[in-house]
Amino acid sequence: MGIRAKLLTEAEKRILLTDGAFGTEIQNWRLDEAAYAGDLGLSHDQKGNNDILAITKPEVPEAITRAYLEAGSDIVSTNTFSANRISQADYAAEHLVREINVASARIARELADEFEAKDGRPRFVAGAIGPTNKTLSLSPDVNDPGYREIDFDYLKGVYREQIDALVEGGADFVLIETVFDTLNAKAGIMAALEAGWAAHRDLPIMLSMTLTDLSGRNLSGHTVEAFWHAVRHARPITIGLNCSFGAEQLRPHVRTLSQVADTLIMVYPNAGLPNELGAYDEAPATTAGLVGEWAVAGQVNVLGGCCGSTPAHIKAIADKVAGLEPRRVCRPEVRTRLAGLEPFTMAA
Amino acid sequence: MTASTAQFVNIGERTNVTGSAKFKKLVMAGDYAQAVEVARQQVEAGAQVIDVNMDEGLLDAEAAMTTFLKLIAAEPDIARVPVMVDSSKWSVIEAGLKCVSGKPIVNSISMKEGEEPFLDQARRCMAYGAAVVVMAFDEVGQADTRERKVEICTRAYKLLCGIGFPPEDIIFDPNIFAVATGIEEHNNYAVDFIEACRDIKAACPHVHISGGLSNLSFSFRGNEPVRRAMHSVFLYHAIPAGMDMAIVNAGQLDVYDTIDPELRQGCEDVILNRDLGATERLIALAEKFKGGDAVAEKAAQEWRGWDVRKRLEHALVKGIDAHIVDDTEEARQAHARPIEVIEGPLMDGMNVVGDLFGSGKMFLPQVVKSARVMKKAVAHLLPYIEAEKSAGARSKGRIVMATVKGDVHDIGKNIVGVVLQCNGFEVVDLGVMVPWAKILEAANENDADMIGLSGLITPSLDEMVTVAEEMSRAKMTMPLLIGGATTSKVHTALRIAPAYDGPVVHVLDASRAVGVATTLVSETGRDAYVANVAADYQAVRDSRAGKGANELLPLAEARARGFAADMALKAPAAARPGVHRFDDWPLEDLRGHIDWTPFFRAWELAGTYPAILQDEVVGESATNLYADAQGMLDRIVGEKWLTARGVAALWPCRREGDDVVLGSGERFPFLRQQINKREGRANMCLADFVDPAGDWMGGFAVGIHGIEPHLERYKANHDDYNDILLKALADRLAEAFAEALHRHVRTTLWGYAPDEQLTNEALIREQYRGIRPAPGYPACPEHSLKRTLFELLDAEGAAGLTLTDSFAMLPTAAVSGFYFGHAQAEYFGVARIGRDQVEDYAQRRGVSVEQAERWLRPNLD
Repeated sequence: MGIRAKLLTEAEKRILLTDGAFGTEIQNWRLDEAAYAGDLGLSHDQKGNNDILAITKPEVPEAITRAYLEAGSDIVSTNTFSANRISQADYAAEHLVREINVASARIARELADEFEAKDGRPRFVAGAIGPTNKTLSLSPDVNDPGYREIDFDYLKGVYREQIDALVEGGADFVLIETVFDTLNAKAGIMAALEAGWAAHRDLPIMLSMTLTDLSGRNLSGHTVEAFWHAVRHARPITIGLNCSFGAEQLRPHVRTLSQVADTLIMVYPNAGLPNELGAYDEAPATTAGLVGEWAVAGQVNVLGGCCGSTPAHIKAIADKVAGLEPRRVCRPEVRTRLAGLEPFTMAA
Repeated sequence: MTASTAQFVNIGERTNVTGSAKFKKLVMAGDYAQAVEVARQQVEAGAQVIDVNMDEGLLDAEAAMTTFLKLIAAEPDIARVPVMVDSSKWSVIEAGLKCVSGKPIVNSISMKEGEEPFLDQARRCMAYGAAVVVMAFDEVGQADTRERKVEICTRAYKLLCGIGFPPEDIIFDPNIFAVATGIEEHNNYAVDFIEACRDIKAACPHVHISGGLSNLSFSFRGNEPVRRAMHSVFLYHAIPAGMDMAIVNAGQLDVYDTIDPELRQGCEDVILNRDLGATERLIALAEKFKGGDAVAEKAAQEWRGWDVRKRLEHALVKGIDAHIVDDTEEARQAHARPIEVIEGPLMDGMNVVGDLFGSGKMFLPQVVKSARVMKKAVAHLLPYIEAEKSAGARSKGRIVMATVKGDVHDIGKNIVGVVLQCNGFEVVDLGVMVPWAKILEAANENDADMIGLSGLITPSLDEMVTVAEEMSRAKMTMPLLIGGATTSKVHTALRIAPAYDGPVVHVLDASRAVGVATTLVSETGRDAYVANVAADYQAVRDSRAGKGANELLPLAEARARGFAADMALKAPAAARPGVHRFDDWPLEDLRGHIDWTPFFRAWELAGTYPAILQDEVVGESATNLYADAQGMLDRIVGEKWLTARGVAALWPCRREGDDVVLGSGERFPFLRQQINKREGRANMCLADFVDPAGDWMGGFAVGIHGIEPHLERYKANHDDYNDILLKALADRLAEAFAEALHRHVRTTLWGYAPDEQLTNEALIREQYRGIRPAPGYPACPEHSLKRTLFELLDAEGAAGLTLTDSFAMLPTAAVSGFYFGHAQAEYFGVARIGRDQVEDYAQRRGVSVEQAERWLRPNLD
């Protein structure tokens, strides 16, 4: 059975759990600069370069991933949100992109296999791809709206380098997450498709959009439904939303997406909105209660957490949704579905 | 389900250098700012997809394509619609695809170079996430005959499906070629295309068919009337055959029915290749129509030679906005300060409009068009005025207007607002569903001279009283104007005026609003007028108090005098009981059911359709309005702007007293007339039409969805005229839907009149068996029944309809009600009822007496 079929089979049985946050968990370790830098001898301060810990202090991502698996995660993601050439350039560590991704994927792979061997329940590894801090759709210069810092082919190349390394390390899926710019995601999709073709294998894509305003658009201006139209060609195995707001604010958008997308829905919101000190204080029971409503309404297939969530949150969600029916994937009519920032559907 | 759907898609062609000389010039000159404006206008004008083409020999097409696409990506007004990336060069298409964030259409690829390059490009399109136009072109050449078109398209279809290309993302362009060229082999080209459409649609499920129309009429270049007619006639035949997309300037299409019959016949003969002489005949005919545009254009252009002051007046009076920005700019340069343009020529022009309107020589639709022109002129001047940081001109007065809380109707309020603005008033429009606190706050913040309240449904009357009371509590003194369909002088005098110490005036219609407002801000006339109105209202109160109103019967006696229906005449059991949903009733069908008389009434044009079109006084105005309405309906229907969703249900029931109880146990309590009528006239109640021994009744709710994006577009364009026109048409479509659905119920769902054959006029005159009274209207005036009705119908889930706190329906263009099928069922008004019935009703409805009184207030005074 291929990896796509394997996940779909599990998803038919129950609501699956992905993991929670890395960043806020890593903060709890209170690592100093030396811990981050290890003995790599890099010129820049590495403090805050969470992804590099896979080679300088692997016990940290290991411990966090293990905690999520113990809490009930079926899918664990790699700690590689910023492990791409653009983001690593800020730490002068762009030459380590391959090494970080391979190491991160191996950590997740080994732990997933260990847990699967223990109880026979399948575990999966999602290779996480962040959006980078550059955007293909917007100009950083207000006086020159046609200007772009990077172009499509460059970004596609950046993603391809990361994807190839994640696959080498053992990732099952490519998770293009926190999509604030739909065109960035399309470059990521193309990189993943080409990586799959080059490796002669099915490399399923997971897509997760992040909203930047309560009306339900991302930064490049796409509505949830327009986003679905724009990325459906990726044949994503999951589509969904993460980060941005807490579950409370995502509610109407989860519902919309669950009605239009003929694939699994994965949502992993923040643990509420940050307080004035930037910390998240939504209790696990609260988060579980909110996302549990989507589960009861039959709107989701995979749940998890983003910023501020902890293994305790994942455990609480797992307990909440245990025994609930997963969403039945909808089968919308065959229609030509185009999109600008808004969806456009042609009649049959 | 989706925000935007379409039956036939017009693809804008003005951002195509091969289709638009203007756009080409701008791009060649590097004036991308203006080029972006072309795209914006196109989207504002309703293009659903915009075609971008930079194929010009002297251009670096790849650079031009990417520059332009990046620029429009930064404009949300433009980027909201999908893009068609159009080039004959694959490298240009691919460069474009790298800049488009949504899901675009590629135009085009073909098998011209063979299967491998074709499939390779198709795979690339799939990986970029694009739909694709496939030209009917193969290694041999372009398909001309029906057989070749079908052969190439089906071959391409099989190849594409073979690589997993989604069939719904394939759009075939089977080549529209020029006809009437004088070459006999060309004569059948249009027929070939049309027939090929049918074959391709049948052989290739889910595909679409597109084509570039301008080729067709190439022989007649320079003769726009003939070209337009040919395009329209062609689409008239090609669309039913399966063509569902075209690259065309929507403004350059005629309405099929309005084409001169002789010209239409000529075009039809050529396009359908009816005989060998068809081309000759059309060429001869073409000469006759050639001048058509030119002569009219010359007359129309004469005023362009006048001086700018005269031109502005002409534009305002005639409602022409084509040159208003240029003319305003010219006037601005001729004046020392921009504000002088408003105070001078523009206000002078609007005064002419005001005088013509006041003397009955101009009518509301024209005035609203004038206002649109004025708004555009002012919008042009505002930045200059603000830059000058002058205090600005003091308007005649400032009025805060609102539709009160719980009510969503605003056509009348908007009309009054426009008319007041035309007459120099500044209007602060707070919109609909406005709570009293916000109205008071806005009045204070804006230092308003008066407040205007509007409402259509009866609960709004109570809300207006609340606003008046709160104004008193806030110790305000500014005048309060009351308007809207359910308001009346009597209600204003009896209930609103006593609640507020300042002046309260009921304004009957828009044409009175200016006079009232002007008097209220005049230093000399105000006090006398206010005193007059107050005295008038006091007289109304006195006469009501003195008369003691009509005698009411005790409820028991009224019941004893109820209508004794002959139950032999009750309708049979429903043929198809239960709930029936209609997700998308064809708009074309509703169009035929429209009752036009109320439409004209909404615009304050008195008369009955169709006689009103010939009316000596308002005929011209009505005719123009009607033409605009038809033009808009063409687009509403053709481009599927709106969606008609509805639900109807038929339930077994029985009568119990004045209640009707459904088989499921739900109960509709109805109200009975209590006025002491003369001998032999029954005191009616809807329950009288239902058999206590068992019977059937029904319910329905219909609504017209999807108006918002179009209203937003008009709003952005300062276009009150089309805004009001669209709302008025949506209301008419909702009523037409109720009519059409009622017929379907009578003939099929309930089926008690399977053979009914009535013309639209007969339908409008209600010459059928059965009635459909609506909660909130005279026969069942209590609005809250809507809540029960909506729950039983699942009106929200089934038809997307919701209720406000005051039971107004959303979307605004909606109708709901009950069906009664008894042959003697008729409409009546409950009118005034007694306290005994209120108490009885409260008990039957299961609410407190106070609550029932609040709901029944309009029937108590």
